[in-house]
Amino acid sequence: MLKIENLHVAYGGIQALRGISLEVPDGKIVTLIGANGAGKSTTLRTITGLVKAASGSIQWNGEELLGKSIDKIISEGIAMSPEGRRVFPDLTVLENLKLGAYLRRDKGEIAKDLQWVYELFPRLKERDWQVAGTLSGGEQQMLAVGRALMSRPKLLLMDEPSLGLAPLVVQDIFSIIAEINRQGVTILLIEQNANMALKIADLAYVLETGTITMSGTGAELLANEKVKEAYLGKHKG
Amino acid sequence: MKRKETIWTAGILLVLLVLCVVLDASLPSYHIAVKVVEKASVYALVAVSMNLLNGFTGLFSLGQAGFMLLGAYAYGVLTIPVDKRPSVYQYFDGGAIQFSLPEAFSGFLGEGAGTVAGMLAALLVGGLLAALFAFLIGLPVLRLKSDYLAIATLGFAEILKAFFQWNALGPITNGSNLLKSYPVFSHPTAYVVLAGILIAFIVLLINSTYGRAFMAIRDDEVAAEAMGINLARHKRMAFIISSFFAGVGGGMLAMYMGTIAAAPFKSAMTYEILLIVVIGGIGSITGSVLASFLYILSSEWLLRGLDSGSFLGINAPGLFKNGFRMAVFSVIIMIVVLFFRKGIMGDKELPDLFRRQSRRERPEKGGAGNG
Repeated sequence: MLKIENLHVAYGGIQALRGISLEVPDGKIVTLIGANGAGKSTTLRTITGLVKAASGSIQWNGEELLGKSIDKIISEGIAMSPEGRRVFPDLTVLENLKLGAYLRRDKGEIAKDLQWVYELFPRLKERDWQVAGTLSGGEQQMLAVGRALMSRPKLLLMDEPSLGLAPLVVQDIFSIIAEINRQGVTILLIEQNANMALKIADLAYVLETGTITMSGTGAELLANEKVKEAYLGKHKG
Repeated sequence: MKRKETIWTAGILLVLLVLCVVLDASLPSYHIAVKVVEKASVYALVAVSMNLLNGFTGLFSLGQAGFMLLGAYAYGVLTIPVDKRPSVYQYFDGGAIQFSLPEAFSGFLGEGAGTVAGMLAALLVGGLLAALFAFLIGLPVLRLKSDYLAIATLGFAEILKAFFQWNALGPITNGSNLLKSYPVFSHPTAYVVLAGILIAFIVLLINSTYGRAFMAIRDDEVAAEAMGINLARHKRMAFIISSFFAGVGGGMLAMYMGTIAAAPFKSAMTYEILLIVVIGGIGSITGSVLASFLYILSSEWLLRGLDSGSFLGINAPGLFKNGFRMAVFSVIIMIVVLFFRKGIMGDKELPDLFRRQSRRERPEKGGAGNG
């Protein structure tokens, strides 16, 4: 269980997070929705240690994560699939996946997890020799998720997995997210596509300019008038 | 498939080695072909070490000549025979150091084996010294990015060159005078084998998980960090390893040259090596090796006539005089850069060209069939 309490993060003088608190219980899908600049990515980046917090606490199974180095945090079972996919464009799919397991030394288990990722994303197996930069956007997103899974995380942080993808591909990605969760990985999902995110989320938080303004189950927020107005729109999500 | 490739590679390497031994046996050691092979082997090693940093880790460093200088001086200082020291260090009372590794090793290994072991040990010390300097200057310098890193490392190399000519260091470096009379490998095979072994180490490193981490840093620093790759540590590691091999290469270059002075290790030398890396293809080991042989072959031999009056049977002492070779070279380089933007090999390796399905061009059907 991940527990964030009163987290403050600032970039120079700009307050990105103004004391947010949230919980990600084991085995659930938790989503964080909000507009651009609300602080969603900052939250994820602070959890993995890419961004330093000003104050507050982030506890992972009772252990404080703030102040720990990134490699330490990742080896404790937290992985991130970053915004904009960020696959290594000049490396092959297989090399990308192996880099996801960079901190692991258990060769046999890595091979098993590679098979697991290939089962989740058969497309990646077909293209394991291909240079990642030549994959389509959807395939790159699959690779980014697969790469994150190669560290065998207990908690997977996903930053806008639907960004820039065609609606059909977005549906694929979300059904795979649900599948990964069914197989026991806790997921913290950040999305602008609030409609899709709230549908699969067990718990959801709404983030606005650095503070959490609403929270509830996915279904509750999906039905909430304010959320509908601000994030779901009249026509589509 | 994989096995077959290994056999092919081993076969080709063996043929090259036999060629080199034949060359060694049939030509006198002062023959230009022998000299080309020797110098090109050394340059190949240094070019590959530079490629490890610039091509595989994405750190644009121009300090190679500085690290080679360290290796060269370490080699010379440690190997000049004790009885020759008074004449070499004639302005500095015979110098401060009164032992030589080859002689020390001869004491318990016998004359022949001891000399070789001592020479190799001196090369190793040169490499380690370069690595130590890389560690020290890496602490501040590796925080810089792209062009700034290049400027800082270039400056480091220039400072080092001036520093080694400083009179106060004379008892060790002989000031601005030459270091000479040290033992050298006089057979090209020795250069080829030594450079080959060291390049093989770099290849192994690049194919390891560390190599993958280096390439990940080159491709996307943030994503690499998110994979748990410690950026500072890996960059420093690449820098130190690259400098180590440049240092050993510097020692070998000292052997080739026969005398050591700080002056030849100027920035032009780094540019020569950078040129080889670019012509060969940034991110291709075989490209660097191939390019260094081509470059040294043409600059030392084929185009030599351009500087000395007659070229391809044309006698034009008025035009073909000192420096014209470099002018022609510049044109060749411009052509390469314009028409072979990614160098001879791009980022492919030589075996990729023989493979029916290379990493980048494996046909759609092949992938599906295997999957």
